[in-house]
Amino acid sequence: MSRESDFYLRRLHSLLGIIPVGLFVAQHLVINHFATRGPEAFNNASNFMGNLPFVLFLEWFIIYIPLLFHGFYGVYIAFTANNNVQRYGTFRNWMFMLQRITGVFLVVFIAWHIYQTRIQKALGADVDYDMMADILANPFMLAFYIAGVVAATFHLANGVWSFLVSWGITQSPRSQQIVTYVSMVIFLILTVIGVQALFAFV
Amino acid sequence: MSENNTAVQEREQQTAQKTVRFEIRRQDTADSQPYWESFVLDYRPNMNVISALMEIRRNPVNADGKKTTPVNWEMSCLEEVCGACSMVINGRPRQSCTAIVDQFTQPIKLEPMKTFPVVRDLVVDREFMFDSLKKIKAWVPIDGTYDLGEGPRMPERKRQWAYELSKCMTCGVCLEACPNVNDNTNFMGPALLSQVRLFNTHPTGAMNKDERLATLMTDGGIGECGNSQNCVVACPKGIPLTTSIAAMNRATNVQMFKNFFGSDHMVD
Repeated sequence: MSRESDFYLRRLHSLLGIIPVGLFVAQHLVINHFATRGPEAFNNASNFMGNLPFVLFLEWFIIYIPLLFHGFYGVYIAFTANNNVQRYGTFRNWMFMLQRITGVFLVVFIAWHIYQTRIQKALGADVDYDMMADILANPFMLAFYIAGVVAATFHLANGVWSFLVSWGITQSPRSQQIVTYVSMVIFLILTVIGVQALFAFV
Repeated sequence: MSENNTAVQEREQQTAQKTVRFEIRRQDTADSQPYWESFVLDYRPNMNVISALMEIRRNPVNADGKKTTPVNWEMSCLEEVCGACSMVINGRPRQSCTAIVDQFTQPIKLEPMKTFPVVRDLVVDREFMFDSLKKIKAWVPIDGTYDLGEGPRMPERKRQWAYELSKCMTCGVCLEACPNVNDNTNFMGPALLSQVRLFNTHPTGAMNKDERLATLMTDGGIGECGNSQNCVVACPKGIPLTTSIAAMNRATNVQMFKNFFGSDHMVD
């Protein structure tokens, strides 16, 4: 299965996970947080983002293309691993496995999320506060979205850690340990922002 | 005299009462089906897995009292510097020569390192690693048609540090521990990445560092590392494998940009 270009594809996968996909996820969760200020604030923010100049270009080149590559190449990476946390139950080995589990789950979640929002918009629906409130009124959907947000923030926070290792920025065990703590803080902050926004629709 | 006698008696009593149970994953040929066989041995103070395997070889009778074939395994140095006797003991890969029986819960399970092709019983073929050493040019090239003279001097502190990396015995334990070394990938494994760092550190070896990095940037190279960091936990020699990998990540990335943007001077 492996090919000669694997090294470059891996590096590209690592880079795209942070720039632009990771930055977009953080931005998306922050914009969602307008919902905590009420439906009107959310609709204004949503309209602003949805009516940016060159929005289709921005969507394709900042979101869809990088995300598709990161997602599908990531699934390939996830299924080439033989996880062995029962043999080595170390923190990093668990993170290794969870990164792959959340990644595969996110492919399913994001596909569904895009179908429910962006594709519905293309079919004529309005993406606004009411649309999300309708979706999240279903308790199963609320649970699914909470799982999706937590998986995304985990995958991003842990991805920041492995990005810094893969690009050779953090080499010493000490620097890697400190970035582990930093990534935990990123995870907690983004999770609070994301989940608060979800409950603002309920 | 009487003290000595008591000590001998105590030892004999210990030996007579205690037994050690081994469960060994056996395989008669490279292609045949593996099976488990149990052995019960008399306990001896300070016995290790190798001495137990020698005992089984001396008297190949399994726990059911049936005569069987002796268990095959590999060994050489018996002091944890050659790597030949590596196997999976109670679920974890390590050298069997330093596996003291007292330190394990029983039954003690012995398995071959199945990341590698099993030859027979506990014997595996680690040729994959030796081939990879050739690929990464894990040597300092000094042969020529005339005397090349002395190489550049290596700073003493660097030599001491590099010595730690040179302790690698190509035992294969880190490959067995790595979730990304398997049939789905051609990943050469953590030990090999660290060897590139060792030979690129050597002042004469550094003259070919771009060639070694180029190998790491091909199929089975450093791109396959997923940072589970099991290797550094598993390494019996305490080699800082994950630091080596991160260092080689930086080196290959710099090389990648050099190759694309840089001049034709690849080495420096």
